[in-house]
Amino acid sequence: MITVKKPGLLTTVQDLGRYGFQKYGVITSGAMDSLAHRLANLLVGNLESVPTLEITMLGPSLQFQADSLVAICGGDLTPELDGKPIQMWRPIFVNKGSILQFGLAKHGCRAYLAVAGGFDVPAIMGSGSTYMRAELGGFKGRALAKDDQIPFRAPSETSKRMFQYIAKRKDVNWAISSIIQPAYQKEPCIRVMKGRHYDKFSKDSQANFWASPFEITPQSDRMGYRLKGPALLLEKDEEMISEAVHFGTIQVPADGNLIILLADSQTVGGYPKIAQIASIDFSIIAQTKPGSIIRFIEIPHIEAQQLLLMREKFIQELKHGIAQKFL
Amino acid sequence: MDFTLQPHGDYSIIIDVGGKINETTLQRVQTITSYLEKKKFDWIVEYVPSFQTVTIYYDPIKVAQIQPLIPPYDYVSQQLNSLHDFQAQTNVIPRTITIPVCYGGELGPDLQHVADFNDLSTEEVIDIHANGSYLVYMIGFSPGFPYIGGMSERIATPRRSSPRSQIPAGAVGIAGIQTGIYPLKTPGGWQIIGQTPKKLFIPSKIPPSLLKAGDRIKFSPITYQEFVSWKGEEG
Repeated sequence: MITVKKPGLLTTVQDLGRYGFQKYGVITSGAMDSLAHRLANLLVGNLESVPTLEITMLGPSLQFQADSLVAICGGDLTPELDGKPIQMWRPIFVNKGSILQFGLAKHGCRAYLAVAGGFDVPAIMGSGSTYMRAELGGFKGRALAKDDQIPFRAPSETSKRMFQYIAKRKDVNWAISSIIQPAYQKEPCIRVMKGRHYDKFSKDSQANFWASPFEITPQSDRMGYRLKGPALLLEKDEEMISEAVHFGTIQVPADGNLIILLADSQTVGGYPKIAQIASIDFSIIAQTKPGSIIRFIEIPHIEAQQLLLMREKFIQELKHGIAQKFL
Repeated sequence: MDFTLQPHGDYSIIIDVGGKINETTLQRVQTITSYLEKKKFDWIVEYVPSFQTVTIYYDPIKVAQIQPLIPPYDYVSQQLNSLHDFQAQTNVIPRTITIPVCYGGELGPDLQHVADFNDLSTEEVIDIHANGSYLVYMIGFSPGFPYIGGMSERIATPRRSSPRSQIPAGAVGIAGIQTGIYPLKTPGGWQIIGQTPKKLFIPSKIPPSLLKAGDRIKFSPITYQEFVSWKGEEG
């Protein structure tokens, strides 16, 4: 169990999202950087789908009520245990009573804390993800607050073996290979596929989409990032008919300012879609904070799927590799 | 049945039946969704129907395990081609749900704009909206949010060019030729003409949405007093 000493800017329980209810308008939510979430879980012997804490920009201060096995992946928010810096991307042993806190956001903006067993929250429509607008799921349907206490679920056999191994050594001398760690960048080039309505945009707007830098404005959150840049306009004015949208869909209201839809986006939308971010770059956009400049580069659909499959192979190999270390 | 297939993202595919927003198109969409319900393809995560499309979310990793030799998208589109052999079903019996609405005033801040845009008085807009014959085409945008067809073109008004960051739960709006109701407080770009005290989304229920695709709706004007007392009862 953890006790929240300080809640941080926005700390929520998330898993891989709430699927199966989008036809009723229930959004998926889930970890913004699902790759970091999955890797953190693997590092403590959990199933990838188990709830973690998504920590945003200014991290919380959390006290552990028992000896625990944890891992932190994602953006580097300078995690410290009892005032001493700790490493990310590897399993860490935490003593009962220790306090985990965070400092400056050095790279990226979202970190994922996995604990052996996962955070114990009720499954709402099959998921532990927090849907804040509907006040559903996660920990009481909201971000963490001071004095909240969140228990952990029972650890798996893998977790128990890892725990015993690390309890003796207090540390491991390995971490996840940098091949699998997403390459978070300060001014990233995001790979996208042309959207459903790309051809409806004017030639100038299409050219501007590929050539221009866009700034992520402060009016950005888990629902979407609003960008500032040249106004992108349709060749001729028309109203779109609403249809499904999801994480990575880039839509353009009549004012011409791009919106990148993210984890808390609505299930359907009626603004024209100029492009769709490739899943392989979801982590990158999730770790790019407001104020940053981004650009777009085209990737063919077939390559986007190929890269996804290749990365999945790495993750499966990693899973086996971790299990091997604790036999 | 005629339709096109197009990738949406690298884990979604759109079945587009085209056509105008009407009952015939709705039936074609519902034929597809009934088929998906019956077939239960194990590579489907879920599907989301809309006016003219059904978007299917699939797991490319799972598809690659089933068929590693071709791109996941190609396998998925091959599987869906069997839909071309289908005729649209026309024998589903609709329910009619009455939705009470308090129009205008502070509950309908864009009613005047809709009236001005269409060269009508606000009373005429209310009259036209309340007397329409409506069909629910899909649920989306937020939990329980119905997309409703059948609104008269005489009160059609484009979306706001810049969305509002907050719309109250129960708000009734217009965007282009569509009308809809917001079940939850949310950002949005629709023109708000009134509000209903009825709850459209109840998370503990299965299904969690009051309305579903295929329902008919009757809007019933109520006064502000009635709105307040109804809201008190709903809780």
